[in-house]
Amino acid sequence: MDDLRLTERSVDQTDIKISARNVQVFYGDTHAIKDVDVDIEDKTVTAFIGPSGCGKSTFLRCLNRMNDTIDICRVEGDITIDGEDIYDRRVDPVQLRAKVGMVFQKPNPFPKSIYDNVAYGPKIHGLAKNKAELDEIVERALRRAALWNEAKDRLQTPGTGLSGGQQQRLCIARAVATEPEVLLMDEPCSALDPIATGQVEELIDELKQDYSVVIVTHSMQQAARVSQKTAFFHLGNLVEYGETGKIFTNPEDKRTESYISGRIG
Amino acid sequence: MPAFWILIIVFAVAAAGYVLGRRRAMVSAGGDIRNLHSLPGFYGTNVALSGLVAALVVLAVWTVAQPVLIERSVANSLPPDSYASTAERSLMMADVRRVANGLDQAVEQGAMTEQASRDIRTEFTDIRTRLGEIGVALGSNVTAATLRAAQRYRAMSATGDLWKTILVLALSLGGTAIALARTNMDFRARPTVERGVLVLLIAAACIAIATTLGILFSLIFNTIEFLRLFPPAEFFFGTTWSPSFTGRGGGSQLGILPLLWGTLYISVVALLVAVPIGLFAAIYLSEYASPTVRSFAKPLLEVLAGIPTIVYGLFALLTVGPLLVDVFGAGGLLGVGWMRGGTAVMTAGLVMGIMLIPFVSSLSDDIINSVPQAMRDGSLGLGATHSETVRQVVLPAALPGIVGAILLAASRAIGETMIVVLGAGAAAALSLNPFEAMTTITAKIVSQLTGDADFTSPEALVAFALAMTLFVITLGLNVLALWIVRRYREQYE
Repeated sequence: MDDLRLTERSVDQTDIKISARNVQVFYGDTHAIKDVDVDIEDKTVTAFIGPSGCGKSTFLRCLNRMNDTIDICRVEGDITIDGEDIYDRRVDPVQLRAKVGMVFQKPNPFPKSIYDNVAYGPKIHGLAKNKAELDEIVERALRRAALWNEAKDRLQTPGTGLSGGQQQRLCIARAVATEPEVLLMDEPCSALDPIATGQVEELIDELKQDYSVVIVTHSMQQAARVSQKTAFFHLGNLVEYGETGKIFTNPEDKRTESYISGRIG
Repeated sequence: MPAFWILIIVFAVAAAGYVLGRRRAMVSAGGDIRNLHSLPGFYGTNVALSGLVAALVVLAVWTVAQPVLIERSVANSLPPDSYASTAERSLMMADVRRVANGLDQAVEQGAMTEQASRDIRTEFTDIRTRLGEIGVALGSNVTAATLRAAQRYRAMSATGDLWKTILVLALSLGGTAIALARTNMDFRARPTVERGVLVLLIAAACIAIATTLGILFSLIFNTIEFLRLFPPAEFFFGTTWSPSFTGRGGGSQLGILPLLWGTLYISVVALLVAVPIGLFAAIYLSEYASPTVRSFAKPLLEVLAGIPTIVYGLFALLTVGPLLVDVFGAGGLLGVGWMRGGTAVMTAGLVMGIMLIPFVSSLSDDIINSVPQAMRDGSLGLGATHSETVRQVVLPAALPGIVGAILLAASRAIGETMIVVLGAGAAAALSLNPFEAMTTITAKIVSQLTGDADFTSPEALVAFALAMTLFVITLGLNVLALWIVRRYREQYE
């Protein structure tokens, strides 16, 4: 890791995309997230780091209300995207998830062809008027996910037949195809080898031109490589949040320093 | 000695062997089990098994084989001029067995000494009256040849029983003694017992397979016999089913097509009922129901599977049939008069469909549950609704399994008997009207074999040909179902 360059890294945009205030999450009686306040900027890669079970994935899943699918999960506090409360009664989680795409830890392509995997979102949201437009959307998404060259000759073959890294890029293409504004990534590289990880990281760096990307990762090197902002979670608390360079070189909190230097976690 | 007592003795020897083996091992180790190779129980088990296994195997084989062998030997010893055909010979053998049994009873009741039973001759004694006095009724007078054969039969049985007893007891005691002699603290009893257990398990598996093969071969041979007596073309392509009940052969028309049609028609109706309801119930239970609902709804649904089919049959006959007549019969609610009686394809099909619901729903539920949660998350994360996720991701992923479940349900439907016997009627008809009585292969097997059946006539043997057809169809469906499930399963994991 090149520490010197990290400090020089600057953030171009300062628009707040997602704002969370006083967020609490409970699983049954367990208090999983405590008093989290965070502002996530647009066109920025924000990394959530922290030891296992610290609540970073849980918080990520609050941002597109994926926790709604877990019966015993309860979310309190305010989370707004573009100033709109996403936990408002009038907000349809289905609509929200179209706006806030998600890529999961393990590549989970549907048991369909590569084409149908990517076309799935656009089809259910009616983004294409006709087949030609759909073809175009699929191609654009696959190009964005840097998968087009590998997949263009086998669009009708099953997505499950791709390699692990290709599958994860397919899942990213699938998420990108619905034209989301925010892209959430839950440890997107944990099931991939270093080469595939490199490809996905490169992709994340490109995606930040159009999206606000939030990535949960266990790898601090990865956070340092791809993110501009980093949030450190510990035991359900947001311990420290700031510029990636600052977090990794000059953390304010003792716990952050211990984690970064490998003493806890 | 009766087999029961032999068994008791063999088991008693084994139990004693266990105790002795255990003790001997303990003694050889000086009372400290840490000096033993295996735990003391293993030495005991080893001794017990050594005494048990060989003795029991010989006992079983001997008990099965002895009557067959004696029968054959006695039948061959009958004077060739005393019978004209094989059928007469088998009748004569039946007499021989009856006389032999009669003599056994006479000796048992003290009406005759053992010596006398061996020596009596038809020339001097009226066997039929003598045996009649002690309650053994014989159909005809006993000929000299029959009596001699019966006496030979008894003598051979007695010798066989004696040798069986001696051999089994010798094996039991010998096995126990050898195993006891080998028992000392260094003997590796644990692996030996382990091997014994393995052999036991293999034997159980072999019995299951052998039984299946036995049934299959009996079906095949009887089917071949039937097709020898009855023209195969008429059986497979005949469109009329009207067996003659009085005549011995001739005049019977045994075409399978109307039965096959009835079977398939009723099964299709049943599947049309069971598949949508079962599948939707499974989707609700696995995707939408809360754990509380699921925990009582699923067992409740599965109770349906535990109801004996005869109960469904009664339900068809007494409730559904009349209900359908009230609606579709002459003067019914709809006034269409399609239905003349309570028994019809529709009656049996509906009830059979209800019977199959838990079958389809339970299997589909398991399969839907086994679709990884990651698939659902992926779809929901893209902004799909719950039902879109189910329709476009979960069901396609579960489809091979569901198709397998449906095919298994179909083979259940085709083989179902009681519901069709009671609900579908007895008339074999080739008709498209689902409100008409029809009959199925299974129902006809029942009716061909109930009552006095002469197992040399095509009217009775046709049951085997029908059963064979049924077997081939259901086997084909099961194989297809398994093939589909296996072929497409790995793709989604």
